Amino acid sequence: MTEPKTSEAPLPPVSDVKLVTSYQTVGPYFKIGLEALYRHDLTSPDTPGRLIEIAGTVFDADLAPVPDAILELWHADSAGRYMVQPQTEPFKDSFVGFGRVPTNEGGQFHFRTIKPGPVEPDGPERQAPHILVSVFMRGLLYRLITRIYFSDEAGNADDPVLCSIELHRRDSLVAKADSTHPNRYEWNIFLQGENETVFFEL
Amino acid sequence: MNPFDAPQNRLVYRKFQEGVLPPNFCPAYVSSVKRAPRLPPVPLPQTISELTGPTFTPPENVQAVDLTKGAHGAAIGERIVVGGRVLDEDGRAIAGTLVEVWQANAAGRYLHARDQHDAPLDPNFTGCASFVTDAKGQFRFETIRPGEYPWRNHYNAWRPAHIHFSVFGPAFATRLITQMYFPGDALLPFDPIFNSIRSQPARERLIAAFDWETTVPEYGLGYRFDIVLRGRHETPMENKP
Repeated sequence: MTEPKTSEAPLPPVSDVKLVTSYQTVGPYFKIGLEALYRHDLTSPDTPGRLIEIAGTVFDADLAPVPDAILELWHADSAGRYMVQPQTEPFKDSFVGFGRVPTNEGGQFHFRTIKPGPVEPDGPERQAPHILVSVFMRGLLYRLITRIYFSDEAGNADDPVLCSIELHRRDSLVAKADSTHPNRYEWNIFLQGENETVFFEL
Repeated sequence: MNPFDAPQNRLVYRKFQEGVLPPNFCPAYVSSVKRAPRLPPVPLPQTISELTGPTFTPPENVQAVDLTKGAHGAAIGERIVVGGRVLDEDGRAIAGTLVEVWQANAAGRYLHARDQHDAPLDPNFTGCASFVTDAKGQFRFETIRPGEYPWRNHYNAWRPAHIHFSVFGPAFATRLITQMYFPGDALLPFDPIFNSIRSQPARERLIAAFDWETTVPEYGLGYRFDIVLRGRHETPMENKP
């Protein structure tokens, strides 16, 4: 029995649409629901831009690695533009800028993408290259929002978001380029403690 | 049209009303104690980065939207139909957005290696699906009513029956992961996850409504679960970075 209702049928009234739906934890068993869209490689062979890899670990209050976190990524292309048209063949023909990566047993995650360009470089809201990150895990009722910047970007000094953060906490948002492999970056998440990562409210 | 064109109008998403969002640090939910940040979150302006987001149809390998039919026969348990709409606060339909759902089987067991609850797996029930909303923001799927299960948060702790929902909406700012509960579930008043939301109306928003319109004669009871994402308004200047 899969007969859909006809589109002519009147829709039932929606109660109090002014009230938004709140969040609940993703729980420990998200893999079965979210795995179909796991994407560790955001590129395709013809994606323009500089290929980079970002790897890191998610740590809890005891600096124990978190083996059941999931990160979602959203970033612009190498020219700083966001893909905003619906994708019928996602991840195949064009750069989308979306990634989804779980942590492994050691709390580690990694992904491969192209270095995003500065966003709106000619506009009043010029931003240094960055990646938006949502973090979900058992133990978090609401998603954490953070950003990844890059240690080799001079534009960080003028980035309006970075500049809004206390100086000693800014480093938590900056992925460090590996001195021997310049296309590899390390960026870790500290959920608590003296190095607690900067998380945003949006 | 250049697919990378930015939206022309800078509309920003409204803030959440007081009490709607659960606090991440919630000692009654024991797992939060060592995982929730302790410092207050930093306000983030809504730039084009937050106002855009992935819009895609699901990949071809996702299942059809009837979870009751397994590879070898019918899944065990009470068949139900879950339907609803994805809307924004102004009642506008969110069409073509990706929704992902996952749940335990009728015995309260997930098809997941880490779920060691001593309850049977059902070879005909995966408990997961994804789909996109139609032009009116509507969705509908057939499934098995999930069972309650113990979870060791405190002595004799049991999760109320629930279905996990993941919804993208139009932007990074609207990304939502939540849980749908069932009306009249006796465990709801005792669940620290459900009760982490201070606003009673916001908690009730997570409880599906039994619905005759969705109920299918001689087949299964229907539940209506509308999902309301943040709405937008014109940019107040102070929100500019």
